[in-house]
Amino acid sequence: MFENLSDKLDVIFRKLKGKGRLDEENIQSALREIRIALLEADVNFRVVRDFIEEVKQRAVGQEVIESITPGQQVVKIVHERLIELMGTTTSQLRFGGRIPAPIMLVGLQGCGKTTTAVKLARHVAAGNKRVYLVSADVYRPAAMEQLKVMGEKIGAGIFDAAGLTDPVEICRLAVEEARRGGYEVIIVDTAGRLAIDAPMMEELKKIKSLIIPAEILFVADAMTGQDAVNVAGRFDELLGIDGVIMTKMDGDARGGAALSLRAVIGKPIKFAGAGEKIDALEVFHPERMASRILGMGDVLTLVEKAKEAVDLKQQKELEKKLRKNEFTLEDLRTQMNQISKMGPLEDVIGMLPGMKKIKALKEMKPDERELVRLGAIIDSMTPVERRNYLIIDGSRRKRIARGSGTTVQEVNTLLKNYVEMRKLMKRFTKGGIKSLRRGNFPF
Amino acid sequence: MEEKNEKKGFFERLKSGLSKTRKLLMTDVDDIILGSKQIDQALFDELEERLIVADVGPSFTAELIESLREKVKRKELSSPEILRTALRETMRDILLKNEAPLVIPHDKIYTIMAVGVNGSGKTTTTGKMAHNFKEEGHQVTLVAADTFRAAAVEQLDLWAKRAGVKIVRQAENADPAAVVYDAMRIAREGKPEVIIVDTAGRLHTKTNLMEELKKMKRIMEREMPGAPDEVLLVLDATTGQNAIAQARMFQDAIGVTGLILTKLDGTSKGGVVVRIAKELGIPLRYIGVGEKIDDLQPFRAEAFVDALFETNH
Ligand SMILES: Nc1nc2c(ncn2[C@@H]2O[C@H](COP(=O)(O)OP(=O)(O)OP(=O)(O)O)[C@@H](O)[C@H]2O)c(=O)[nH]1
Ligand SMILES: [Mg+2]
Repeated sequence: MFENLSDKLDVIFRKLKGKGRLDEENIQSALREIRIALLEADVNFRVVRDFIEEVKQRAVGQEVIESITPGQQVVKIVHERLIELMGTTTSQLRFGGRIPAPIMLVGLQGCGKTTTAVKLARHVAAGNKRVYLVSADVYRPAAMEQLKVMGEKIGAGIFDAAGLTDPVEICRLAVEEARRGGYEVIIVDTAGRLAIDAPMMEELKKIKSLIIPAEILFVADAMTGQDAVNVAGRFDELLGIDGVIMTKMDGDARGGAALSLRAVIGKPIKFAGAGEKIDALEVFHPERMASRILGMGDVLTLVEKAKEAVDLKQQKELEKKLRKNEFTLEDLRTQMNQISKMGPLEDVIGMLPGMKKIKALKEMKPDERELVRLGAIIDSMTPVERRNYLIIDGSRRKRIARGSGTTVQEVNTLLKNYVEMRKLMKRFTKGGIKSLRRGNFPF
Repeated sequence: MEEKNEKKGFFERLKSGLSKTRKLLMTDVDDIILGSKQIDQALFDELEERLIVADVGPSFTAELIESLREKVKRKELSSPEILRTALRETMRDILLKNEAPLVIPHDKIYTIMAVGVNGSGKTTTTGKMAHNFKEEGHQVTLVAADTFRAAAVEQLDLWAKRAGVKIVRQAENADPAAVVYDAMRIAREGKPEVIIVDTAGRLHTKTNLMEELKKMKRIMEREMPGAPDEVLLVLDATTGQNAIAQARMFQDAIGVTGLILTKLDGTSKGGVVVRIAKELGIPLRYIGVGEKIDDLQPFRAEAFVDALFETNH
């Protein structure tokens, strides 16, 4: 999509070359494209309107530089402005002075509060604080059970609300219990509710005035459409929220709601949830979100993840091999080890601009279990086979399958995918990995 | 949760849900159009805003507006009133083509899979369907194929109890395909009934999870030729344009045969389904209008469009 928007703008601006400066008239069609891109990303209508007006102000008067593409120049202005709007720094949790510090999660049904509560507990516990969890959801069947099962996995304290039916009372007792147990933070998971449901909103107000939270965080689904601002605005009006957590960011939603919330209610987005695993909670990065809304792929996140997981020396080696197209099955084995540290391959590759569209990817997203099987297949090959896959004929395939406890079909699939991967890797090296290294956007 | 059976009609329910919306939105389409006496740019602008704010999507909105402009040029539309009717009819016609309530035969085993992204309302909808089908005189069995999310089996079990229907379940973390296999085996021995498989929420971009879904479907097919009779995509009405990607990718992966739009009792209008209907032609089955067991209604194009455009107060 970045390629798309940027390309579209380039086509529009090509006509302008030699015209000197951008003026209101000749930038009109470019602004139209940007507007559609933002609306397509679910940025709220009114936020888009104001935004386009501001970008126009900034772009008008700029020189149309012949050497670099003017389309990209405008995208850059847009990108910068988006980052500004989203707040330039990342925010931390505030715990306030009281112990235990209550943190309360609120939001619509199905937005991901319970999973987020546990992720947040894990995050807080990682900062060496003792965390207690309580579910005030007496409505959704098995909601409490869900929090309990997940919370136990991370070893947090969990309030047992057996026999209790009043959410306010549950919260009161839980805070007492947490204090007695010497917990420093208590995270309150509340039932999902509509902002227009007056009695349910009243319930939240009661809980709030009782426990006086250090933070009330609004949990928002990244896939939310235009209504996001109305809902969050209502929650803020009635409760006063301190920040936002965006969830389900591991999908392909462009997440315009994030920008809208920030612009309309002016509260920081503190975290981003990106997966069903308990550790899939990231600090929110405005510049990445800006790229994402424009559909540019989350290049920075990828770079950071790669930095964490990949041994740099090995990576250099690999790049060299890739350039020469010498990527062997042995290298694949090493890569697989690193990939399992990095997270699902599809997620990683999905973060690269344009990569989502590549068909071959469909065939090659191993999940963790699969990685183990694939590893076994490669391990059952001889070193010579690993270095030269071309010699692996039918009888060798049979032997490898037997050795790894898999089927010939699975061996075939692996080899097929490996060949695809080599092709793909070759494409990466055409400037791909290098530009990533510099940590730059492909402007 | 309270289970009062106050049987309001679908229309009223939808209306009362959507009327809450209006207190939040400043104006409504009809207000604007009725308010302006002539067809001018301001009218088109406001109309565009209303459609986009209802999540109809920018490109599709532009298309709709453009065709209205054409008609005005050709003098086919002469007043804001007629223009409003035309827009409404265009959208209604798109939806009408796809309005297709489920008709479940009584003389065979009828199998349904509920699929969708995390938190869209699959389990709740499964419970509501079980209740509805039972009221219609069907035997119903629920299948707890979400073995991944904590307490998901427990949640479905509670719904089965509420609806008074059977459930096939295994331990958490069991292979969902094995649960489905079990259910199909048991069903084959028994009388005609409706089998509803509640699957784990999954983002359409996670290919390994989509593979898991395909596997479940294959097993149903293998154990009972023709199964599943219905693959229902459960979509949250608060979703924006990403709903298109969801519909498309679930469609490509396992072939969606019907759509359910949940949470229409909220303030979102779910306008993206008009785009889904037009681009993908997926039959529209039900809407969810609350968390109670009888809060599931057949999808009605006319009422949906009315609700989308309805005048305030
Ligand atoms: N207001 C409203 N809430 C709904 C509706 N349908 C479902 N919900 C709520 O949405 C939340 C999520 O519903 P679930 O049925 O658990 O969703 P799911 O798709 O099974 O979720 P996962 O299995 O976790 O992916 C619950 O709090 C439901 O009560 C509806 O039509 N209206
Ligand atoms: Mg479920």
